[in-house]
Amino acid sequence: MAKVLCVTSGKGGVGKTTTTAALGAALAQAGEKVCVVDFDVGLRNLDLIMGAERRVVYDLINVTNGDAKLNQALIRDKRLENLSLLPASQTRDKDALTDAGVERVIAELREKFDWVVCDSPAGIERGAQLAMRHADVAVVVTNPEVSSVRDSDRIIGLLDSKTVRAEKGEQIEKHLILTRFDPARADRGDMLKVDDVLEILSIPLLAIIPESLEVLRASNVGCPVTLNNPLCAPSRAYIDAVRRLKGETVAMAIPSDRKSLINKLFTRRAA
Amino acid sequence: MSVLTFLKPRGSANTARERLQLIIAHERSENGRPDLVITLREEILAVIAKHVKVDADKVQIKLERGKGVSTLGVDIEIPVDATPMRASA
Repeated sequence: MAKVLCVTSGKGGVGKTTTTAALGAALAQAGEKVCVVDFDVGLRNLDLIMGAERRVVYDLINVTNGDAKLNQALIRDKRLENLSLLPASQTRDKDALTDAGVERVIAELREKFDWVVCDSPAGIERGAQLAMRHADVAVVVTNPEVSSVRDSDRIIGLLDSKTVRAEKGEQIEKHLILTRFDPARADRGDMLKVDDVLEILSIPLLAIIPESLEVLRASNVGCPVTLNNPLCAPSRAYIDAVRRLKGETVAMAIPSDRKSLINKLFTRRAA
Repeated sequence: MSVLTFLKPRGSANTARERLQLIIAHERSENGRPDLVITLREEILAVIAKHVKVDADKVQIKLERGKGVSTLGVDIEIPVDATPMRASA
């Protein structure tokens, strides 16, 4: 059974697109057939993070409007053959997305893939609600920072009321990914602690992604971080997250790149 | 790409700048005619349909935006029993 996963946050700039690319690639690296879908109509960026920006022909709106068939719009990743991208439109706005169109595309994606990972736009309006509407699983991306945590709380409320599963009285699986976490700052008392965020949001923790230069490097070259440098700290955290999503029990840790010289050597070599 | 990154371990910002310059130049030039590819596809298909029967769904379009030039690849599946209007190729 295919699973539709929505990566959402409310607040912008917290790492939704990075997380979508990293989880999508890590799922594909684990052998799953994956499609990552950009729902940020008008401000697409997943194509850039995936390194496919020069190959976009059709987009989500073309498919929902019937201008193109789904298989004509899907862009197959050059590095992983079981990973595809459905880009958003750059020229339309979010009103161009119709409820029925999105429903049809998601149903078609479910038939072709094991995982459909939807990158939500920021905000809590129509675009974000359409991205989460058909999700079975939601990953809420949060920074350990007051405004991000408050916005995540609003998004959790929407997940529990505006999704198809919620409307049918079913549960939507919700997980938290805490990004840009800095253990040293948290220890000094300058950053919200993991437990603080978990206590406020009260949804299960899927991963803690440490603040890392590797995330910026991966976006510079247009490659999901889990593919660009699978051994770096954020990649290890995302790969563990994928194992948990697939049902494995993995002890929670905050990976670090400053562990040992050997670790450093391996990281350097993989880059 | 990984070989390049290996040789130039500090070059990721340069890669970022080059990728951005290229894609932004393309997006600016596409302003006003964002559906160029759809127009091209329809006109190319219309020309081919004059000679052979083609299924619009069996057409794959590939675009590669490059520096200075872009390449458009149109891959059309023509069935064996497509009845040509004219015998000449």
